[in-house]
Amino acid sequence: MTSVAHQKLQTGSRAAVIFKDLVSRPSGSIGLSLVIFHVGLALISPLVVPFDYKLQNSALMLSQPNAIHWLGSDHLGRDVFSRTLMGGREALLVTGVATPLAVIWGGFVGIMFGLVGGRVDEVLMRIVDAFLSLPWILKMLVLIVTFGTGIEVLIPTLAFFYGIPVIRIARAATHDVIARDFVWAAKARGHGRVSIIWRELLPNVLDTLMVEGAMRWSWMLLAFSSLSFLGFGVSPPTPDWGLMISDARGFMSFAPWGVIGPVIALSSLIIGINLTADALAKALGIDRAQKAPM
Amino acid sequence: MSKQPFISVKDLSVGYNSRSGSTIEVLRNVSLDINRGESIGLVGESGSGKSTLALAAMGYFKRGLRALAGSAHFDEIDVLALNRDELQKIRGGRLALIPQNSGQSLTPTMRIGQQINEALQLHSKVNARQFQSRVIELLAQVRLPDPTALITRYPHELSGGQQQRVAIAMALAGEPDALLLDEPTTGLDVTTQAHILELLRELAQKRNMAMLYVSHDLGAISRVCDRVVVMYAGEIVLTGTARQVLLAPRHPYAHGLLTSIPRLNQTSLPLALDGRPPMPGEAINGCAFADRCALVDEKCRTTPPDLHPIPSGENVRCFKSDMISDMPALNVKAGQRNSARPDAESAALGLESLAISYEKKDWLSSLLTPGATPRPATVDAINIKIQRGETLGLVGESGSGKSTILKAIAGLISPREGVLTLHDDIILTPRVEDRPAPTLRQIQLIFQNPDDSLNPRHTVAQILAQPLRLYYSLSGSALHDASADLLERVRLGAHYLDRLPSQLSGGEKQRVAIARAFAAEPEIVLCDEVTSALDVSVQAAVLDLLDELKTQQGTTYIFVSHDLAVVKAISDRVAVLYQGRLCEIGPADAVYKAPFHPYTDVLLGAVLEPDPDIAPILSADDVVELSPPARGCCFQRRCPRKLGDICDHETPPVRELADGHVIRCHVPASDL
Repeated sequence: MTSVAHQKLQTGSRAAVIFKDLVSRPSGSIGLSLVIFHVGLALISPLVVPFDYKLQNSALMLSQPNAIHWLGSDHLGRDVFSRTLMGGREALLVTGVATPLAVIWGGFVGIMFGLVGGRVDEVLMRIVDAFLSLPWILKMLVLIVTFGTGIEVLIPTLAFFYGIPVIRIARAATHDVIARDFVWAAKARGHGRVSIIWRELLPNVLDTLMVEGAMRWSWMLLAFSSLSFLGFGVSPPTPDWGLMISDARGFMSFAPWGVIGPVIALSSLIIGINLTADALAKALGIDRAQKAPM
Repeated sequence: MSKQPFISVKDLSVGYNSRSGSTIEVLRNVSLDINRGESIGLVGESGSGKSTLALAAMGYFKRGLRALAGSAHFDEIDVLALNRDELQKIRGGRLALIPQNSGQSLTPTMRIGQQINEALQLHSKVNARQFQSRVIELLAQVRLPDPTALITRYPHELSGGQQQRVAIAMALAGEPDALLLDEPTTGLDVTTQAHILELLRELAQKRNMAMLYVSHDLGAISRVCDRVVVMYAGEIVLTGTARQVLLAPRHPYAHGLLTSIPRLNQTSLPLALDGRPPMPGEAINGCAFADRCALVDEKCRTTPPDLHPIPSGENVRCFKSDMISDMPALNVKAGQRNSARPDAESAALGLESLAISYEKKDWLSSLLTPGATPRPATVDAINIKIQRGETLGLVGESGSGKSTILKAIAGLISPREGVLTLHDDIILTPRVEDRPAPTLRQIQLIFQNPDDSLNPRHTVAQILAQPLRLYYSLSGSALHDASADLLERVRLGAHYLDRLPSQLSGGEKQRVAIARAFAAEPEIVLCDEVTSALDVSVQAAVLDLLDELKTQQGTTYIFVSHDLAVVKAISDRVAVLYQGRLCEIGPADAVYKAPFHPYTDVLLGAVLEPDPDIAPILSADDVVELSPPARGCCFQRRCPRKLGDICDHETPPVRELADGHVIRCHVPASDL
């Protein structure tokens, strides 16, 4: 057997061990089922919804939940249940692409800052701090208002702003690893920088980044829904939970069914992601109580 | 008078529930009695359950552990039956714990006086108005200089030894009846350690305290303890007086531990105790030590021995306690150092007027304070030629620049001045990045702590592949074979290839680190405290391995250690460093014999031997200096033999006494 095969075997088994640990925890199994349920629903919902999400029917305006329309209908007479089932598609697509992008660029820059260290790192981190101190919604609105609200703008915008806090985490994790003797040992052997980053640093920073990524995902979902709520995310008539809550909010006092569906859907997904992230952190042996991401 | 001993542990078993649901015992049927005024030493390898027992005696269990059977009484109070609040009243007050590194666990933002005040508020009945005077009294009791000034200081302004003294003062605040010490001097310098132990000894005697001292260091135990309890795999295997256990151990394990300790009066390697202790929960049919025992026979493998008294007074868990005298004696020449004598003709490495400074040249500060003289360098004026095949030992306390010199040789720190040469003709560039590949391969580094020097995410195969790929571009089956061969050479074997460092014991990890260094087939191996993080029995095996590899390949070692006995065991030549300056260098035999440099004398005096009859000689203060003096002799501030002005102003001359034995001191050689 070659050594390459050895490596595959080992990384495979570590992933398997962590996965087993993850699902053996109640938070992990509940969280992961919720996430898988939502992702699965997003994939198949166009095939299973009972009604067309954009079909308006003025006769059914704000009608109560009944046997045909399980969650009632909204102010345009559209079926709330169908719209709820499909309301996560856009959000999951945008955040599902933007989260890995955020972790990759934030992680890369963070590791670089951690490696460079010294004054340069100090100055750059103060710039990062300044960025973080601005309210996120303001920063995003500026970009979205300038460039429009399509997916092609939303994804880079979210990825950019949510990558900035990742820089902090990746830098801190790098600082922890870089002072350790195995990095010195690699340096003393004469390995190049790229090799040290790739072989010595990355495997040790990756755990932190994975947990961080899961957390960022849930926050990004919330941000995306907020943008939709404010009218800067998904454009109607595409169903989206944030947008649906925004639309139904005016009628909440006499037609609360308009918000209940999307609220439950959005919160269950976010709770699911958070539970998974927590269990993942525990399975990977990262103490989030001590190293809470900001 | 109480009928029961002051601290009494009876038939205590401690265990935890494993993931599969079974109960795993960490301590099995342990009984221990401590009377007032008595001091007991608890020894054993890591994992033997010594700390668990000590903590259980004060009703404390690490997370997941619980008492399965038995009892623990403190002054006739059943501590296992007490609830949290009741325990809290006893702990810290009547029963004080001094853990490892307790000096470092002082609150950094609180003044010393405040911290002790806090301990007084919690644990003593002293009137609040008398706190101030009580604090000063406590600090004086642990013999800290100028207690009145000290109370306004912060912990970082004190040395490690002084911090440890403050921690002891805090433990004494509640006027405890019993003191529990868990490796209280581990990590401190030899001289500091000797001073702290003397202090503990006096305190225990003066205050008639019961003392339980947990340590892996038999030398420390021999200084402070009346009785010694030896533990192995969660059981007590031998109890007796310190003299009995340390001078004539009647259990093969205790005997093995004692022979594996390098001693100053030996000139060769200590005898290794092979094998490893059984893991908790491992099925043991007979004696737990049977697999590693030289006296083992059929009965030992099938019947577990009881702890029984023997005529000379000890309690022994062994069938063969009367046969120990057949084993090799403790103090005589044990293992042989096989490696050949160094080749005096050719030099492997030369350090010429090496000076290293951590201070960075900063254009801004040099602009603001023009003409300011730079601080004295951390390491200065080091001139050493290392011969091919030689082992050079570097000794000194922390801050002596030993590791810094190694880092400079490895190219990880750039020296401020001086030249490094390889084989007399190749000049080593200061930065490792600028060195050509063949030179890089020649010099390899082994670190102190294998937990830190092996990447936790890499398997052993991946760890060994790094140098093999880099230097020899091996891949595929050639790489696998070479890795397996390396593991064979460090006495591990190819089945270790798929393991992660976390699946190895401390000794196995260090062997992998050694294999990684030898993968390069280096000419020079730099060993930085390579045995300091290991148990003594493992240490002996690692020293033996290093010597064997040297015999095979004619490697040159530079061996850094704070342990003078270890250095003596492995080195041909020894260099003594203080504050980055060379005090003495010469053949190992010459350095460890008079004439001494005063610093060598102080260091040797402070060495703790596992022999109650050899008391350390404390001839200098244990004050740690933060930076070397700008002028004169580096040891001027602590030297017990200081002549006067000349030591303060003039750098001592390099004086060669005989046969390469150099001492840098103003005192005439005939007086040293």
